[in-house]
Amino acid sequence: MNDTARHIPDRLQSPALKAFKSWETLLLAVAIAIFVTNSFLSPYFLNAWNLSDATFNFTEKAMIAFAMALLIIAGEIDLSVASIIALASTAMGAALQLDVGTWGLVAVGLGTGVLCGAFNGLMVTGLGLPSIVVTIGTMSLFRGISYIVLGDQGFRGYPSEFSFFGQGYVWWVISFEFVLFAGLAVLYYILLHRTNFGRAVYAIGNNPTGALFSGIRVARVRFILFLLTGLMAGVAAVCLTSRLGSTRPTIALGWELEVVTMVVLGGVNILGGSGSIPGVVIAAFVMGLVTFGLGLLNVPGIVMSIFIGCLLIGVIALPRLWAMRRT
Amino acid sequence: MQNLAPQMDAAPIAPLLELSGITKTFPGVKALNNVSLELFPGQVTALIGENGAGKSTIVKVLTGIYRADGGTISVDGEQVAFTSADDAGAAGITAIHQETVLFDELSVAENIFIGHAPRGRFGLIDTAQMNTRAQEILDRIDAPLSATTPLKDLGIANKHLVAIARALSVDARVVIMDEPTAALSQKEIEELYDLVERLKSEGRAILFISHKFDEVFRIADRYAVFRDGEHVGAGLMSDVTEGDLVQLMVGRAVDQIFPSRTHSAGAEVLRIEGYAHPTEFDNINLTLKAGEILGFYGLVGAGRSELMQAIFGITRPSAGTVYVEGEACTIRSPADAIANGIVYVPEDRGKQGAVLGLPIFQNVTLPSLAQTSRSGFLKLAAEFALAREYTERLELRAAALDQDVGNLSGGNQQKVVIAKWLATKPRVIILDEPTKGIDIGSKAAVHAFMAELAADGLAVIMVSSEIPEILGMSDRVIVMREGLIAAELRRDELSPETLVRHAAGIGGQA
Repeated sequence: MNDTARHIPDRLQSPALKAFKSWETLLLAVAIAIFVTNSFLSPYFLNAWNLSDATFNFTEKAMIAFAMALLIIAGEIDLSVASIIALASTAMGAALQLDVGTWGLVAVGLGTGVLCGAFNGLMVTGLGLPSIVVTIGTMSLFRGISYIVLGDQGFRGYPSEFSFFGQGYVWWVISFEFVLFAGLAVLYYILLHRTNFGRAVYAIGNNPTGALFSGIRVARVRFILFLLTGLMAGVAAVCLTSRLGSTRPTIALGWELEVVTMVVLGGVNILGGSGSIPGVVIAAFVMGLVTFGLGLLNVPGIVMSIFIGCLLIGVIALPRLWAMRRT
Repeated sequence: MQNLAPQMDAAPIAPLLELSGITKTFPGVKALNNVSLELFPGQVTALIGENGAGKSTIVKVLTGIYRADGGTISVDGEQVAFTSADDAGAAGITAIHQETVLFDELSVAENIFIGHAPRGRFGLIDTAQMNTRAQEILDRIDAPLSATTPLKDLGIANKHLVAIARALSVDARVVIMDEPTAALSQKEIEELYDLVERLKSEGRAILFISHKFDEVFRIADRYAVFRDGEHVGAGLMSDVTEGDLVQLMVGRAVDQIFPSRTHSAGAEVLRIEGYAHPTEFDNINLTLKAGEILGFYGLVGAGRSELMQAIFGITRPSAGTVYVEGEACTIRSPADAIANGIVYVPEDRGKQGAVLGLPIFQNVTLPSLAQTSRSGFLKLAAEFALAREYTERLELRAAALDQDVGNLSGGNQQKVVIAKWLATKPRVIILDEPTKGIDIGSKAAVHAFMAELAADGLAVIMVSSEIPEILGMSDRVIVMREGLIAAELRRDELSPETLVRHAAGIGGQA
């Protein structure tokens, strides 16, 4: 070999330039455009309390979306999250009859979420089953248990202390849920982008075999991700049950697709391997602002879901069209 | 279009396909720089170059997968532009790839006619006609196959014949063969040569990409040499020697001799006792000393890779113990193996060796994250420093350390994989077919580097199916046959005949 050492630079373009050209920047522009449009279309939009109310449209879903983003980046998916909310909420309702107190209720909600996540994780990592099949199964299973316990009844009468999680305000218009959402966003940002665990998530999503051959404990990472997703569904169950003040078996029906939509809109590759937490945070705001803005304009719910669907396809197709034009 | 016969006038033959001034740039890398290439009817042109010289890129430009940034492509003197693979197919250009893209669940005939099956009434596929025509093509190339056999029932060599039949089914005038003999046995290679002769006599132009010089001299009429994305020479095979071509390829004379080493084995590093697996291998005992290169020879399927993957913790043995520096270790996963200083460079780089979608530096630090981080939190500066140290030592060619490994050439991907393992400061490195499919220049570099590692006191296991490599590099050789150790040979006992006899189980005593 010759002696002339070849110097390889760290980066071809600066991180700032890379960030500017990223998906997140495009999404942020969309969010700002929606915000500005809304404030022109409705006189009620730019009102602190209205905007605060609007955050409830996405905070609970976004909490799950953070964990789901990691799961999807790692090449897996959990479609049972909404059913975990139903089961966790039902368990809390049952615990309510045993008079376990507010913190007891929270523990039951989170514990149920973790157990459900562990079950999904064991089926996927222990038996090697595809996660989409396992969680379609548990989606029916978890909510099914809820239906058996509740029938067409519901649990009511949660203690007034318990209502803080979904209805309380920390300061002025800043709700507890919003603070929790922001805190979790920071935690998940650090976990995915600043730790060895996050790096392992990307490696597994890109090439699980290569990651295994590089000494990554692939099964363990996957299991932890399912556990985290279950836990976040438990957190969302506590918040949602507290906000509604009751439990019915239809609670959070259809949320799994809204969560996945949020993650994909946030730029996470549905096939795994890439994506970011800032993207998911901005996507949460975009979805929240659209729902809220259209609500103020008295647009019916079905039209809203059409709009969200078009937004998703549009934002995903745009970079692809751009790339096709360039080659 | 009908007149395929070469013109036998006194005038020189006009090229059937002519590329000139082709340039193709990827972010940070100029893959092709102003290259030209001419293919003549009824002649085989060998395309020669090291890994990363731009061979695969020119094939992709020719078949319409990539669009060149500049330059022209002419067929029969008429300029054409390919915007898709269909365009290239319509112009009569077809490629048979190294790893053939075929469909296991379909029949031979369906594979041959996929995308252009004969249609009957209502636009439905006319199966009867398709099977007849497929059988005609198969018979024409003397392929001992039935058109209706499901592809999954065929071996690798017969699958190759199907790929060739597919190329002929579109009546291709230009046939590109990308390392067609890489996976074939000697007998199958001979049959392929016959086929190439037949294609020549039918007036087709053939572009033959190969790393094997004996093959190129046997079959090609012309050559074209690429180096670092540039065209560095072309002409008639009869005018050059092997040495001339090597010099053109690497731009310097390459020492074809293996690095000379003074065998100075140190203390025992690795000992394996009674390793067994229910199906792959049994009763494996071996020792390995520091500074030693232990060769593993055997036929494909002898259980060598399976044994190495069990030592590395991918699969679990049913019995046996591994001792590293005298201490018994429990290895249940690659992470355990790495913690005990055992690392493995797999044969399948793209799938097992590297994570192609991640940047170079992240690939290098993947097994060393504990070292480059503080209590689980990443330290990017430490990662870049570690990646730089080892990739520069291996003379990696890359635009930047944050470039995805998937954008590098095969030889450079291998360097990233080796850098990744060296960064863990291993005690035992297992290299599984380390020079498979890489060019002569990179091969010499890998061999020199292995010698360097051994001299630094690393214990090396080299699995190889190439006899010259085994003979040239090993201090000791273990020959495996059908999952068992057939022989253990010292360097002075080595000869090609002994290796082959033990591997094939001929004659008992060598």
